[in-house]
Amino acid sequence: MRILVCVKRVPLTGGRMVLTADERALETRHLGFTISPHEECGVEQAVQLVEQHGGEVTVLTLGPPEAEEQVRDSLAAGADRGILLATDGEEWDPQATAGAILATIEAERAAGGDFDLIIFGNESADSGNFQVGIRVAHALGRPVVTGLKGLSIEDGRARCEQEVTGGRDIYLVPLPAVVTVLEGINLPRYPSVPAKLRARQKPVETSTPERPEPRLEMVRLVVPPGQGKQAEILGRGPEAAPAVVEVMRELGVA
Amino acid sequence: MVLTLIEHQDGNVDELSLQALTLARNLASGEPLHALLVGDGAREAAAQLAGQGVGSAHVADDERVAAYAPGAWAQSVVELVERLEPSAVVAAGTNRGNEVLAHVAALRDLPFAANCTEVAGGSPLTVTRVRWGGSLLEEARIHGAPTLLSVAPHMVPATDVNGAEAPAVEAFTPTLGESDLLVQVAEHESTVTTGVSLAEAKVVVSGGRGVGSADGFGMLEELADLLGAAVGCSRVVTSAGWRPHTDQVGQTGTKVSPDLYIACGISGATQHIAGCKGAKKILAINSDAEAPILASADYAVIGDLSEIVPALTAELRKARGP
Ligand SMILES: Cc1cc2nc3c(=O)[nH]c(=O)nc-3n(C[C@H](O)[C@H](O)[C@H](O)COP(=O)(O)OP(=O)(O)OC[C@H]3O[C@@H](n4cnc5c(N)ncnc54)[C@H](O)[C@@H]3O)c2cc1C
Ligand SMILES: Nc1ncnc2c1ncn2[C@@H]1O[C@H](COP(=O)(O)O)[C@@H](O)[C@H]1O
Repeated sequence: MRILVCVKRVPLTGGRMVLTADERALETRHLGFTISPHEECGVEQAVQLVEQHGGEVTVLTLGPPEAEEQVRDSLAAGADRGILLATDGEEWDPQATAGAILATIEAERAAGGDFDLIIFGNESADSGNFQVGIRVAHALGRPVVTGLKGLSIEDGRARCEQEVTGGRDIYLVPLPAVVTVLEGINLPRYPSVPAKLRARQKPVETSTPERPEPRLEMVRLVVPPGQGKQAEILGRGPEAAPAVVEVMRELGVA
Repeated sequence: MVLTLIEHQDGNVDELSLQALTLARNLASGEPLHALLVGDGAREAAAQLAGQGVGSAHVADDERVAAYAPGAWAQSVVELVERLEPSAVVAAGTNRGNEVLAHVAALRDLPFAANCTEVAGGSPLTVTRVRWGGSLLEEARIHGAPTLLSVAPHMVPATDVNGAEAPAVEAFTPTLGESDLLVQVAEHESTVTTGVSLAEAKVVVSGGRGVGSADGFGMLEELADLLGAAVGCSRVVTSAGWRPHTDQVGQTGTKVSPDLYIACGISGATQHIAGCKGAKKILAINSDAEAPILASADYAVIGDLSEIVPALTAELRKARGP
């Protein structure tokens, strides 16, 4: 089974959102980077499926050249090869992102390597457009099931589980298929040191697609009000307990 | 005309769809409002739209769409778009609302703005939408017609229009192909939940890395029991396997809105706050007086939670008497 997982590099923002002067990006000079927990679970799911059924996991990202770091992290988590669609750092809108991912899938297919399963996060961590996976599925004419908390492959079909009020909804779809997953579908393993070393040797192919004009055009970012309160200190250590109970009484929860 | 997709449970309209309808009415600014309802109970739900200023409710409730099928819902939207040529299509920013509009966007090759909080007007339409699960906002222009947008949950209070009549119900049977029904709920597994649900709890006692271990949560559970509270946690805790992911609060976990959220040994990363900022009050218990959580909390106790939490439990017991 050949599986593709799509991941997006995003900053680890910590306790505060700080914008650049032009208000078009987060100030990331002092930040580390990661991928969405949903996508981390996507990589783990793909690796588990290949461990079970055999095959190969490819991980793809569209982002600045530095996004090779997130590809290598995914390779350390067990993926076999990487594809980096390098940009100049400017964000691509979801339609353009889907277009670039689609072109890569089609090129792979033309070269004789089609994917049986394509895994996305339910939504990207930063822009949260809830759509790239669905767009790619439509362009390929393949079924797509979103927001999965459970996924297994039986007899060439994907059994997909969604958490809904009161239980789980089950979908059964034939392969090849597209799925989008949520954190909690599995518990990703921590990459071992040897796995990290092996990841350095795994192949990563890079290309530089052309960015189309965005049709969902970001104008500027705004930090919502509410950031930067100052908590009232009720006390230090266990001696503060009576003051806390007093507050709980006032709030009617004690 | 603005078309709104209305979700309902067994004939009861979802509150989040009424919020979406409120933004749609705003966007329509006098143009007619239409609604689309799909599935079992759609007719009963349409009748509940009295007072919402909806002129026509298009209802698709034949047995093919009794079970949810995103492709079939999207095809129904597309059919109405072709027939009625709305200027915009609006849905709630729910799993289904976002999913269906993303399908519509793909089918019609249109841009789609998920989780909007405001529409500023203009052509192309300028909207404000949510990023990072609500920790950041974005102003964006949507270059496409009709404009497709969903409305971020709990950001637009639902209002109604005085004296507005019930909509005229117009039944329609969407033309569906096999592929529109390929992805459809095949079965539902019910799970019986016990205890206080995290999403609906009045009080949440939540723990982070500072709790130190799975066993450390014992004292949080004790306090929670006493308060009739649910226990929550941060992502560090679920990643370490101390608690199940169903307990995680945050951008990729559960969003909570209790009267009091008690954050024990949680630093206050934006992705965690995204899940608990709906709380009326936040109390932070943290050994670091400089922790970022203090900029999101209303109250704080500084010190070691392994001393403070048991002291709090004891004090509550004492206050309640024997
Ligand atoms: C896209 C994305 C999505 C994410 N989604 C989520 C999410 O849904 N939920 C979530 O929680 N995180 C999420 N995260 C992770 C988030 O960024 C933080 O890493 C995480 O919330 C930190 O958890 P923590 O506060 O428990 O740990 P830390 O940040 O390590 O904080 C531990 C805190 O405990 C205090 N402490 C230590 N010992 C004690 C003691 N004895 N007594 C009192 N205080 C003590 C410390 O002072 C510190 O403030 C996400 C990250 C990304 C990138
Ligand atoms: N730049 C990108 N590179 C690779 N995959 C992406 C990118 N942007 C989005 N995706 C994938 O599409 C999913 C949904 O993104 P979105 O539609 O932006 O919410 C993400 O979880 C990723 O799996």
